[in-house]
Amino acid sequence: MALDTVAIAAGEPDAEQPWRELGLKADEYARIREILGRRPTSSELAMYSVMWSEHCSYKSSKVHLKQFGEKAPHSDALLVGIGENAGVVDIGQGYAVTFKIESHNHPSFVEPYQGAATGVGGIVRDILTMGARPIAVMDPLRFGLADAPDTRRVLPGIVAGVGGYGNCLGLPNIGGEVVFDETYAGNPLVNALCVGVMRHEDIKLATAHGTGNFVVLFGAKTGGDGIGGVSVLASETFASGKAAKRPSVQVGDPFAEKVLIECSLEIFAEDLVIGIQDLGGAGLSCATSELASAGSGGMSIQLEKVPLRDPSLSPEEILMSESQERMCAIIEPAKLSRFMKICKKWDVTATVIGEVTDGKHLQITFNSELIVDVPPRTVAHDGPVYNRPIAKPGYLDSLVPTSLPTLDTQDAIKAELLALIASPNIADKSWVTDQYDRYVQGNSVLSQPEDSGMVRIDEETHLGVAISTDANARWSYLDPYNGAKLALLESCRNIATTGAKPLAVTNCLNFGSPEDPGVMWQFAETVRGLADICLEMGLPVTGGNVSFYNQTGAVAILPTPVIAVLGVIQDVRTRTKMGIPSAGLQLIQIGNTDDNFSGSEWAHLHGQLGDHAPTPDVGTEIRLTQLLLEAQPLFESAHDLSDGGLAAALAEATLRNNIGATIGLPGEFIPGGVAAALFAETPGRVLVSVDPVNVSALEALASKYEIPLHTLGSSGGDALVINHAAIPLSELRTAHTETLPKLFG
Amino acid sequence: MRIGVVTFPGSLDDSSALRAIRLAGGTPVPLFHASDDLKEVEAVVLPGGFSYGDYLRCGAISRFAPIMSSIIVAAEHGFPVLGICNGFQILCESHLLPGALTRNQGLHFVCTDQALTIENTATPWTSGYTTGQRLVIPIKNGEGSFQASSTTLAELESEGRVVLRYADKNPNGSKNDIAGIANTRGNVVGVMPHPEQAIETLTGPSTDGLTFFTSILQSMVGR
Repeated sequence: MALDTVAIAAGEPDAEQPWRELGLKADEYARIREILGRRPTSSELAMYSVMWSEHCSYKSSKVHLKQFGEKAPHSDALLVGIGENAGVVDIGQGYAVTFKIESHNHPSFVEPYQGAATGVGGIVRDILTMGARPIAVMDPLRFGLADAPDTRRVLPGIVAGVGGYGNCLGLPNIGGEVVFDETYAGNPLVNALCVGVMRHEDIKLATAHGTGNFVVLFGAKTGGDGIGGVSVLASETFASGKAAKRPSVQVGDPFAEKVLIECSLEIFAEDLVIGIQDLGGAGLSCATSELASAGSGGMSIQLEKVPLRDPSLSPEEILMSESQERMCAIIEPAKLSRFMKICKKWDVTATVIGEVTDGKHLQITFNSELIVDVPPRTVAHDGPVYNRPIAKPGYLDSLVPTSLPTLDTQDAIKAELLALIASPNIADKSWVTDQYDRYVQGNSVLSQPEDSGMVRIDEETHLGVAISTDANARWSYLDPYNGAKLALLESCRNIATTGAKPLAVTNCLNFGSPEDPGVMWQFAETVRGLADICLEMGLPVTGGNVSFYNQTGAVAILPTPVIAVLGVIQDVRTRTKMGIPSAGLQLIQIGNTDDNFSGSEWAHLHGQLGDHAPTPDVGTEIRLTQLLLEAQPLFESAHDLSDGGLAAALAEATLRNNIGATIGLPGEFIPGGVAAALFAETPGRVLVSVDPVNVSALEALASKYEIPLHTLGSSGGDALVINHAAIPLSELRTAHTETLPKLFG
Repeated sequence: MRIGVVTFPGSLDDSSALRAIRLAGGTPVPLFHASDDLKEVEAVVLPGGFSYGDYLRCGAISRFAPIMSSIIVAAEHGFPVLGICNGFQILCESHLLPGALTRNQGLHFVCTDQALTIENTATPWTSGYTTGQRLVIPIKNGEGSFQASSTTLAELESEGRVVLRYADKNPNGSKNDIAGIANTRGNVVGVMPHPEQAIETLTGPSTDGLTFFTSILQSMVGR
């Protein structure tokens, strides 16, 4: 079938087009026709349909996300904000750090290994594109119930994919989460975070300017993978006789990405690029339209020059292909030969596919026929914006308070504690994390299961960064506004607990369908909460990612805003670990416990949800952060109390170095008695071990910051003893470590 | 003293090996796979990673890199070579060491702090240890299960060429718990664990790996 050119489109204005099959709405298609003053060519239709999709255009979320700009706190640290491939913050000493988290949920359900692998690959290229050397990754993962059959299909593949790709890139995996909940059955969440470092002067942006500069595509050749919905168009345009069955999930080649990283870093070091963009979702359509619209607007591309893995690809497919491990750079003619030489050194294919022009249009030709002629901004940025209906969901009116047992006997304490730490959400995650390389690069100061992941940036000055990702989706389900706030506060606390100062925030907002007013209400409340808490905490949001349509039929996932906080630590040698290091230390709980079990793991274990999330106390949290940072030299260990409460924290802190503890929890310790003391998940609490000689100094600081302390007991022995209920560490370890290997082999 | 570290496409622990040499007091020299120039180094480390993506077989493509032709000739004349993880696999593919590294029993990538015992202190890479010394060094690989014919295994054992053995728990199904071996002359050593990731307590489980690098420096001085 003939090529659909601009001339043909102008001459045949009424030709039928498969806009509906490509996911466009009637008014969206009409708008494209209005922009162009004619019907789009099939290539243009393909570009608009992908770039105006929810995934690329944020059309349902935009109206809410603008609060991050409106409520942005003043920050001297922010060097590059929302809108670029990733935000960049100043961490001092001339270093800049970029970090970002993205979802790859749907592909990972369809094809767990490749979906997860290319999720890692995509986020790493986003970081690289900023001019940074990627230095670590983290992967918050969420699955259906641990013993559900589909979880056994999905989880091993996703974990192997994260490891298989990340390990091969030489990026230490320093943390993340593994959470099970039935709402994620059919909708596993694979969120991938990457952090990178550069010098301030090396920051690169996605822009194309300078008439006559070359557009160079480098990296892997373009194939037919990841074309997804656009194959509808391909089959419309090119009727029969070609291989139709291609994977809609991209296939990753981590080795190609590794050499692309080294090659790009060498190119950056010689300052050879004007602008750069990676090819991710929507492939070349996205890269060319975004580069052009961020520059002067004019760009011409000769599409037949794109090196192909599959020579049968149509122009539409070349534009849409999401083949991995590709980058697009804008290069001055004088620097091209040096650029090509470096690519050759690394055996990376590089091809000039076009140039920056002085016009205002992105023009794409295929064998000299004009097939795309569009104002690039209309593709990249002027997509539709929806103010979707919002309604508070009905389930919030029928929530039931928790009704949980009191723990009156030693046997009850022991049985409940062992059951909790063996439950899949609290159990030891080594089965997962031991499949990831946490050592490579030799700068991992802290990694899972520590409270935050921490990486050394400078060997001479000992400067480092810490990152933590957190979400409590059940709290978000009960109260999305406060749930988002609590997730951010927990993430900050995790950072401060290890000795780093919180500096900046990014997020990955995973939700059900935006067409469901209840889901949209959860989303709107979440963004409002997150924007408010960032302002209150004085932390800039550097970027984020929204993933909608995580639902099976009418059942949406729990609203899951995953919050990542980046912190900076001046001397990584001073970091605090979570394991109790020796006997004879005093164990102290910082912060008060209350008797709200709603959303807690212990309630979940008893099949209950409860009726209200905690109300965050931001003033206290800010003072707690200050206390943690100032008192850090006094701590022998520190561990944030969150999922599983004090019980889980004690188990983890004692098992880490096999040092037992003896704890006494007085009945009047808190309302709710021993059960609440052990299992409530009241925010704003930290378990620390302190040398007895330092206790008075800690008390003085705590009183200065008006933060309560509670002496719990002391370390030592080979059992965890709580109110005379003794659990040998060996028994505790067995319960904690057996769960995941038993489930997943 | 100049010690080289080869970067193949896909090498990952090259920077850590260079750091380990520096912290041990040597002069680290980066070498590139595409050149056969050994740059007057007195010993060489083949680092961990996934050279050429481990495609075909781990180490099978790297074995044909120009730098390897120089290293193979030199090694046959007594030049000290340490292969770590992927480097060990390359040495086996180069036939500088016998046997092969295959998929781990259990088929998972395994990253863990591994207990080991030093079996042979007669090599220039292990002379600073004492025989029977216990070490804790990270392992991190998907294909670390050492396999060899029973004749080869008997030879390795009888000649004392097993350099390092897994203690407490064999993580991958290696024959005879073998974690590292040497050639007949002792100058070529391959180990699956990563001594370059156990040189600082800040970033590793111990400093037990540093002695590999101080050993080679002392061995060369004494030569």
